[in-house]
Amino acid sequence: MSEFNRGRRTVPGADTLGSSWWWDRIAQGVVFLGGISAIVFIVAIFIFVAQQGLGFAIFELDKGVFLTSPEWRPTTEPEPVFGGLALIVGTASVTGLAMLVAVPFSLGAAIFIGEFATGRAREYLKVLVELLAAIPSVVWGFIGLTVVNPLIIDLFNVPVGLTILNAGVILGLMAAPIMTTIAEDALKAVPDSYREAAEALGATRWQVIRQVVLPSAKNGLVAAILLGVGRGFGETMAVLMASGHSVNLPTSPFDSVRALTATIAAELGETARGSEHYKALFSIGILLFLVTFTINLLADVAVRGRRKRR
Amino acid sequence: MVETPLLERPKKLTVENLSILYGDQVALNDISLDIRENEIFGIIGPANSGKTSFLRAINRMDEMSDDMLVRGKVALDGCDVRSWRNVYALRSRIGVVFPLPVGLPLTIYENVALSPRLRGVRNKVELDEIVERCLSRAALWDEVKDRLDSLGSLLSGGQQQRLTIARALSQEPDVLLLDEFSIAVDPVTTMRIEDVLKELREEMTIVLVTNLVQQARRLADRTAFFLGGELVEVGMTEDLFRRQVKDQRTTDYLEGRFG
Repeated sequence: MSEFNRGRRTVPGADTLGSSWWWDRIAQGVVFLGGISAIVFIVAIFIFVAQQGLGFAIFELDKGVFLTSPEWRPTTEPEPVFGGLALIVGTASVTGLAMLVAVPFSLGAAIFIGEFATGRAREYLKVLVELLAAIPSVVWGFIGLTVVNPLIIDLFNVPVGLTILNAGVILGLMAAPIMTTIAEDALKAVPDSYREAAEALGATRWQVIRQVVLPSAKNGLVAAILLGVGRGFGETMAVLMASGHSVNLPTSPFDSVRALTATIAAELGETARGSEHYKALFSIGILLFLVTFTINLLADVAVRGRRKRR
Repeated sequence: MVETPLLERPKKLTVENLSILYGDQVALNDISLDIRENEIFGIIGPANSGKTSFLRAINRMDEMSDDMLVRGKVALDGCDVRSWRNVYALRSRIGVVFPLPVGLPLTIYENVALSPRLRGVRNKVELDEIVERCLSRAALWDEVKDRLDSLGSLLSGGQQQRLTIARALSQEPDVLLLDEFSIAVDPVTTMRIEDVLKELREEMTIVLVTNLVQQARRLADRTAFFLGGELVEVGMTEDLFRRQVKDQRTTDYLEGRFG
């Protein structure tokens, strides 16, 4: 027994539940409620979406037509056609172009902020990028309509500017800030001792980045890109406003398309609750849910891969 | 072979009136000394006496941190390091071994092959040769030759430190700077590395910063004693340890009476 406790006896009344004991209990309870509610809400949303659309998606919806037909005629009587191909291709093409825009921009910005900018400039840039990430998507859509639209018409001499090109550029600019922030975090997680060791070997700044920093931040960078892709798939308002919103199998970036998300947003308010159309829209919701869930899961796996190697 | 007496050899590094400041805090105050070719130059002293800052000034690592200010002159082969336009070429002539081994997140092979690759060696045979030679000279080849493709960071601490020495050697440097290399290394490995250093002295100039007084005694030709940013004394190691010292503080430090 240590010097401290020698001669100490347990006295009657030592085992009391003081205020700190009660506060501990209360704090634990509050934190538990907060944590569990987040999970409950997600599960509830999933159950709601599934309940509204899953039965229809599995038993009534013709999956062959849904995945291969470009005809989205949900209100045609007596035989509506629920072909989702044009919507899927629309979302995929806009997201793909958005990534072509966003990946170079965001990785370049992250490398500049993380590796080249110093002191004050670096802090300002970081705040600025985070501000950009906070611009509401409807504002981006507005920019697409009023700025990019006439620009495309003038620049390429085409009749309409609300196209894949427009939506892709807007979505890319929109996704870039958040991707930059995550990519920069990944670069920051690379220990400075790596950079010093490589510079001491006589490597130039670019050689250090290329040979040491980027490879060791690889998983975090992949996660940043995947989250950007997820963002692109899920984005609604900006795409709705900038893409032209016409059901169409595109053949070039100058074609208008319609996205999965925009279809739900535009049509759900006008359908009768429980109708086929209503349920078909929920089926689209399930598809989106699965895609974004898979992408986020992949991003999570990539980030975990980074932690495990440490 | 008759060895040229130490003080008649050409000066490899000349340091004149070197001061280093972090903000308004003085890390090193007006130091002048020279380091001869093929010498092991030991630097001893307690923490915060400016030893690491001294090393950083030599290969201009200060340029990586905004707040470190260097005044005075450091010359390599008589040529001021500040006047080098290509700082990367300067750094590639100076190998550095840090206190804690920094295994870059690469394989053992890649760690050693990195520097030759940076300077443009592409030939696989040539690279293999460099990797084997450097690992052998760092007394690590026998332990890792069967797993050159595994990650360098998976090696033990002592092995990683020898890997960083091999990596520094792959630069084919003129000058090797070692900063308390034995901090994370067991005594047996320390002895092995010390033997390696004794051999390397034939080919390069070594600056050895150490907090182990006896290590300086075993290895260094000359030893400098830094205290609180000042150069208290520099002299032949034998002399210092025979108590032929000029300053009472040196005796106190060497005998461990310091506080």
